[in-house]
Amino acid sequence: MQVSREQLLHIANLSRLNLKDDEIDNYLENLQEILTFAEKVNNAPTDGVDETIGANDNYNVFRKDEVIPFEDKEALLQNAYSQERGMFKIPKVIQ
Amino acid sequence: MDITELTVHELQDKLKNKEITISEITKAYSDRIKEKESDVDAFVTILADEAIVKSRKIEEKINNGELKSSFAGIPIGIKDNMCTKGIKTTCGSKMLENFIAPYDATIVERLNKEGMINLGKLNMDEFAMGSSTENSAIKKTKNPWNLNTVPGGSSGGSAAAVAANLVPWALGSDTGGSIRQPSSFCGVVGLKPTYGLVSRYGLVAYASSLDQIGPITKDVRDCAMLLNVLAGRDEKDTTSIDRPKVDYVEALKNDVKGLKIAVPKEFFGEGINKEVKAKLEEAIAKYKELGAEVEEVSLDIAEHALAAYYIIACAEASSNLGRFDGIRYGHRSEKGETLRDIYFNSRSEGFGPEVKRRIILGTYVLSSGYYDAYYKKAQKVRTLIANKFEEVFKNHDVILTPTSPTTAFEFNSKSSPLEMYLADICTVSVNVAGLPGISIPCGVDGKGMPIGMQLIGNKFQEETILNVAYTYEQATNFRANYKPEFKK
Repeated sequence: MQVSREQLLHIANLSRLNLKDDEIDNYLENLQEILTFAEKVNNAPTDGVDETIGANDNYNVFRKDEVIPFEDKEALLQNAYSQERGMFKIPKVIQ
Repeated sequence: MDITELTVHELQDKLKNKEITISEITKAYSDRIKEKESDVDAFVTILADEAIVKSRKIEEKINNGELKSSFAGIPIGIKDNMCTKGIKTTCGSKMLENFIAPYDATIVERLNKEGMINLGKLNMDEFAMGSSTENSAIKKTKNPWNLNTVPGGSSGGSAAAVAANLVPWALGSDTGGSIRQPSSFCGVVGLKPTYGLVSRYGLVAYASSLDQIGPITKDVRDCAMLLNVLAGRDEKDTTSIDRPKVDYVEALKNDVKGLKIAVPKEFFGEGINKEVKAKLEEAIAKYKELGAEVEEVSLDIAEHALAAYYIIACAEASSNLGRFDGIRYGHRSEKGETLRDIYFNSRSEGFGPEVKRRIILGTYVLSSGYYDAYYKKAQKVRTLIANKFEEVFKNHDVILTPTSPTTAFEFNSKSSPLEMYLADICTVSVNVAGLPGISIPCGVDGKGMPIGMQLIGNKFQEETILNVAYTYEQATNFRANYKPEFKK
């Protein structure tokens, strides 16, 4: 499949990434090459084969819904750019 | 005696016989790191000083009977994508350059419980995406056998550190070959366990249905010993499997008589370096001599597996890496007023080129209109590959292949991302099928660079592949014959 510049920009937008002009050209070329290779999956004889869902066969793994308090709040917040009164601070969401 | 030359089981013997002390071990490694780290650049964070302090505490605990483990005081290196409380976990990325994990990964807890000493965090391709460690945003790790070549990747720091005797053993993680391929390039032993054998809790996720943590060691016995510590169900990882505890060291029988080894001819065809092929053929002959039954089989999956792998891994990565938004942790851009701008700018500044490439590819294959053609199809191919392996394992105990089509290559020698992806052609199918695989050295090429042999087992048959690897190792003894020379 041919990837257009517009498609790439659309995907970058969905991925929340800004691309510079030189990056766009570079990624267009790479993406095309990689996707052309990835299309080899279409030559595989998969008629009647189910999709793999999860790497092993276990399903419905349950555990008790217990609250386990995490005491070290400081350790959590130290990685945040901005915090206030024990909470992560972000810019105004609704303009 | 150079302490850093010894394997962990040799260290244990000498500790037991009171020939050496724990403090001496830590000191020896601290000195070795001072001497050789500048050549190799394996570490992102060095904890040698902390290790010396900790070794004294461990000695106290042993003396007053609090610690009884035979691993107490044994140093270890940890790939920098496993969370270590209070210590930076960078994942080789600018995004997590200053990230200090608030908790320990389950496997780190297990090492701590045994009284092992963390010597430091080891370099890797950014977010474990790469096959040469060249994608690290932190530094360039060199291969101790030849400093002009890559150590492989993504666990390049771990493999290089073990090869250079900077740590006695290390942890790596493997999504498409990231333990086995660097182990092959650096002439050490690396094992990717069956998916679900080892907890992933606290491992920074790349592709969750493929990632596994495993040991990188000097020899097979050490590998089995470390796997004993790592393996087991973890409540915090629902994909980890509850199964009876196995002693992997006991599996090392030094006997392969009557064992059935399958050699898939497609893994020895076009694209495999002649010298690699020749050494593998010598290894096959050795196995025959040791009494194994070797049979050529057809397993024509490598290209389909690689194509499916890059679709699935990138799809999962695009989702997993969505969490990096610059708010709770990770790089935060100084630019942008709105939340949206902060997301875009933090991600664009924090992620390196390969990570962006894979996020974009992953988002593409999951996007409306392409999902069926790529992702869904790849998941079917995944089943197909698992079935084909199953077919071979009906009549054979292990599958033998090269670990990598080549030995370690020079820096900047791959002309495109796709060319780099092809470096994983022998290893990815093992992850795609969720099987265990081990790489052990089986000789060197004309330039003296190590060649790796991969042994693949059926699900949870780590005992079998460890024994097959061990038997070869005992018969050939690579470590006694070859050593890294730090060629410049």
